[in-house]
Amino acid sequence: MARITAGVATSHVPAIGAALDLGKSRDDYWRPVFAGYDWAKEWIAKSPPDVVVLVYNDHASAFSLEIIPTFAIGCAERFAPADEGFGPRPVPVVEGHPDLAWHIAQSTILDEFDMTIINKMDVDHGLTVPMSLMFGQTDAWPVKVVPIAVNVVQYPPPTGNRCYALGEAIARAVESFPEDLDVQVWGTGGMSHQLQGPRAGLINREFDNAFLDRLTSDPDALRRLPHIEYLREAGSEGIELVMWLIMRGALGRSVRELHRFYHVPASNTAVGHIVLEPVAK
Amino acid sequence: MTDPSDLEDIPGTTVFTAQRSRKGYHLNQFCMSLMKAENRARFKADERAYLDEWPMTEAQKQAVLARDYNAAIAEGGNIYFLAKIFSTDGKSFQEAAGTMTGMTAAQYAQMMIDGGRSPEGMRSIREGR
Repeated sequence: MARITAGVATSHVPAIGAALDLGKSRDDYWRPVFAGYDWAKEWIAKSPPDVVVLVYNDHASAFSLEIIPTFAIGCAERFAPADEGFGPRPVPVVEGHPDLAWHIAQSTILDEFDMTIINKMDVDHGLTVPMSLMFGQTDAWPVKVVPIAVNVVQYPPPTGNRCYALGEAIARAVESFPEDLDVQVWGTGGMSHQLQGPRAGLINREFDNAFLDRLTSDPDALRRLPHIEYLREAGSEGIELVMWLIMRGALGRSVRELHRFYHVPASNTAVGHIVLEPVAK
Repeated sequence: MTDPSDLEDIPGTTVFTAQRSRKGYHLNQFCMSLMKAENRARFKADERAYLDEWPMTEAQKQAVLARDYNAAIAEGGNIYFLAKIFSTDGKSFQEAAGTMTGMTAAQYAQMMIDGGRSPEGMRSIREGR
């Protein structure tokens, strides 16, 4: 049977991808950002999972205002890097896992989560920057990916509680998949940032570090955190953090923190990164 | 459920509500068209003519031509859609975000290096906190 072995969360700032693609990762500005991922890169290289269920949001790349799915699951064989206005990132095509993806789609829908099934989708920096941070520059990604795209652009995004519950449903789906697979669930986006208006540049270290603490110590408090608190405390784009709760929900009641990194700034954003593993009851 | 008035209570912040999404539909869809290289080339060759192909308001077109992102957001633009415009211009998210704050690019970049904008006093207009 398939099993969930770990959860990873990370910010997915587009400038991080640009820094890597343009050979700036050793510059004084960027070196500390990339160094924060050295531990996780070594950790994942030692025993890479077969599949990553990668929770991210599309930034008006695959989805315009014509169709806005709250939760979408990528069931395609492969996903091409999107052209976000300056040409696609020079990164490998992302290989999907259609068998597992369809299984998760069927299982979660019958579990009363109304997923949108996507058979063609380009993936933007929300998905490819976390891949670059964890696997560096490579000719082929070492894992297959099941993308879960969450709407956090059009208000309202799903609630934190709903995200957490979807994570639990994804875990039930993975655990009922008959193939022998190691699966990680990644939550991406955040941490505090605001990209618009006179309040642009907002960063809230206190909120971010409390959020990181509570992933282990009090996830139920995070489930109940209303949207307005994210918007006020973590910035209008900090609401992406609800996606981390899908990852957290998939890991079960109790987790152990293996690694944490926090750094300000990457462009407009506070970079947060955490690695968690489920603790057997 | 969040009280809708709360969404209007955050200083210097515009939440992309249903009302704004409806108002900005064509502006945002124009932005999406810039994801194709051939459309970027046509837009750069004659911005006004390209904009006139879209059923946008004059205020929306003027905001785009002036690269006034606060004005574009007031006209229903969403920052992730507007990003296609400054990407077409070869500008970064940090440069574009900085233009909305009244700071110079250098001041804004330095503020971020110094730890970003503090949330103190920026959480609520009503409550002044």
